[in-house]
Amino acid sequence: MGLFIAQLLTGLANAGALFMVASGLSLIFGVTRIVNFAHGSFYMLGAYVGYTLMQVLPGAFGFWGAILLTGVVVGLVGVIVEILVLRPVYRAPELFQLVATFGVILVIQDLALMIWGPQDLLGPRAPGLKGIVRIMGEPVPKYDLALIAITPFVALALWWLIARTRVGILVRAATQDREMVGALGVNQSWLFTGVFFLGCALAGLGGAVQLPKGGADLLMDFNILASIFVVVVIGGMGSLPGAYLAAVLVSVLNVFGVTYLPQSTLVLMFVVMALVLMIRPYGLLGREEVAGDHGQSGEPERPIKPAGARVRLIVAAGLAVLAVVPLLAPSWIAILATDILIFCLFAASLHFLLGLGGLVSFGHAAFFGGGAYVAALLVAHAGTPMELALLLAPLGAGLLAMIIGWVCLRLTGVYFAMLTLAFAQLLWSLAYQWGEVTGGDDGLVDIWPPDWATSNLVFFYLTLVLCIGGILALRHAAHAPFGYALRAARDSARQAEATGIHTRAVQWVAFALAGAMAGLAGGLFVFAKGSVFPNELEITRSFDALIVVFLGGVKTLSGGVVGGAVFESAKDMLTRFEYWRLALGLTIIAVVVLAPEGIVGGLRRLGERIGLLRPSEQET
Amino acid sequence: MLELAQINSFYGKAHVLRALSLQVSRGQVVALLGRNGAGKTTTLKSIMQLVVPRSGRVRFNGADITGWPAHRVARAGLGYVPEERRIFTDLTVLENLEVGRQKPRQDAAIWSRDALFELFPNLAERRHNRGRDLSGGEQQMLSIARTLMGNPSCVLLDEPSEGIAPVIIEDMARAIVQLRDQGLTVLLSEQNLHFARAVASRAVVLDRGTTRFSGSFADLDASPEIRDAWLSV
Repeated sequence: MGLFIAQLLTGLANAGALFMVASGLSLIFGVTRIVNFAHGSFYMLGAYVGYTLMQVLPGAFGFWGAILLTGVVVGLVGVIVEILVLRPVYRAPELFQLVATFGVILVIQDLALMIWGPQDLLGPRAPGLKGIVRIMGEPVPKYDLALIAITPFVALALWWLIARTRVGILVRAATQDREMVGALGVNQSWLFTGVFFLGCALAGLGGAVQLPKGGADLLMDFNILASIFVVVVIGGMGSLPGAYLAAVLVSVLNVFGVTYLPQSTLVLMFVVMALVLMIRPYGLLGREEVAGDHGQSGEPERPIKPAGARVRLIVAAGLAVLAVVPLLAPSWIAILATDILIFCLFAASLHFLLGLGGLVSFGHAAFFGGGAYVAALLVAHAGTPMELALLLAPLGAGLLAMIIGWVCLRLTGVYFAMLTLAFAQLLWSLAYQWGEVTGGDDGLVDIWPPDWATSNLVFFYLTLVLCIGGILALRHAAHAPFGYALRAARDSARQAEATGIHTRAVQWVAFALAGAMAGLAGGLFVFAKGSVFPNELEITRSFDALIVVFLGGVKTLSGGVVGGAVFESAKDMLTRFEYWRLALGLTIIAVVVLAPEGIVGGLRRLGERIGLLRPSEQET
Repeated sequence: MLELAQINSFYGKAHVLRALSLQVSRGQVVALLGRNGAGKTTTLKSIMQLVVPRSGRVRFNGADITGWPAHRVARAGLGYVPEERRIFTDLTVLENLEVGRQKPRQDAAIWSRDALFELFPNLAERRHNRGRDLSGGEQQMLSIARTLMGNPSCVLLDEPSEGIAPVIIEDMARAIVQLRDQGLTVLLSEQNLHFARAVASRAVVLDRGTTRFSGSFADLDASPEIRDAWLSV
């Protein structure tokens, strides 16, 4: 009993910081409709800034003062980000906003590395709260009790701000109808900036307040990101009581999980989330999203057409060059080209979902990694030959996509994105924690192609055939009636339904097809590298693909492939620099703000301007 | 007080307003008439800059407000009551009014919540109810009251009689006449000729985004060809 109570208390204490960060994310989303992926970075920043301030300010007053001051500092950093990065993209489709905030993540990561160095920082103990208290014989840290006591006050203060003040009324009104609030004389820009300040300040507070329990390190941002998404999604987007409830649920579950099911703590969180969403698709206390709120916005799409004869010729010539060059070049070129091809197929499969289906999946790594693990597991446990494994990898990933898609496609917009992310995380935690089968963190190694394909050159040709085949299959689907139906479902689901298209079935098939192609890429990846690790299933993998599709250009058919090729070659060069994340982050932000049409879109515009392409003519 | 000169407005590629010009003088109540799709709503949105005209100018109180953000237009004293009413359904009546509140202006009446509850007695009883619990007529009243909380000197009313019970329409007309008698300038769009005649002193007939007629209701009655061509269904 004593142990039970002690654990409950630990869970409640952990819920404090989680609630602060999650409520900030929820607030920002409610008003600005932006899913702030950089929210974990503001939490991390809070920990670092708090650490530094606590070194400078003395005593108990200094400790608590440092925490409050951290909130202000991080809030101000948030304001800078909002004004410089987000203001230009408020009217853009949500993918642009996602990518912009992802750029912010990279920038903050490297800035933190520059300022505070790579070593983990141990948080100072809270003055006067250093010891433990015995409750029914079990030790409970005093600081935990303080956190349990403080959190309700933070929640109450937030509630008062939202429910009782003019600012809160405006925030709630703007959550419902921003344009109308503007037409009534309220300056939305400053309202947005204010909300962003508050949301980031809460994230900073969360980071500072957990210092005595955790500390500060450079992995905090991604580590908390999945948790706060789970909390916000379980609780319901934009609901503060929901966020509190979910934070307590997740934290308590986590503490008990560590004791009773130590192998499945991570999995548990996502299982609970998936269960909640299956029963209440908009979270415990959330409300249904208004349809069409998160769909495509901005310029109407240019209809895509099959490539003309001239473009086909150019592509064929390019392929011929691609096929010949590795014969003449040093062998590392063949290896690099193999990597690029695999990545291109992965990106093209996501692009198919995103560009044609309008389905913004945040968890596409589930199928890349899924395919990779299917192949690797077959080889490692059943001694399956490569030829068969490469056939089963896309089938397995496609099956996985059918299962995940069946659940996720019941939701739209942000909820769809979050749910796909959660499923990817679920798979990741499975691969990470189910050590006996997957090898856990050590991965599965020593998975090489059979003798006939061991040469880099032969494997390159195998990859070339399979990847180009996959990409052509996707393109073919895009131009087939199926592709028309998919685009119809994207542009107007209701109208498509009225013309007799079963939109969800069409999207389901598209999801499965994209999953299978990502799985094929994953399968090839395993044999190219000879190994697979859980990080092929990670958030960052999904984001890599999203960024590539975005950089290439969402609204162009070749965007995924071109983006993939450019990104993979650039990464090869960039990662040699120490602060490559900073450079990449700034580049991404610059592209979002300055050239939102991506590489292909930008090139096309350039071509039209200098007269190479007629404006009516559609390039690939 | 309000002047539109050669306005051209678009929704994407659709050309909705074509060289539309229009004047409203201080203290006047002007009714915009016309069939569905004639451009009435777009005219009001173009004044509010919710749709920014691609060419032409909108002047209000001598200032060129073309291209201003909507909140600045509202702060200059233009109140906007949208067609779909767009009240905040999650907020109570009192909170809805709070969103509309602005600083007092010298050239306009100053509204308080109590004065608005006098104008719309139905709202007074429901002040703590949420917007979603109100009837269509009550929502329309709330939408007007919310805009009046901004103490506007000119109000744009988009189809105030649409989708409201006939009894409430009479209340609505009485309220608008009362506002007119207090000196408020009003530009309203209407499909209901009877309602328009009861509250407005001047009629402007639109068709396909252009003004076809502008004058008194007596003149409109005297020209049946205009009514037949642009108004009757």
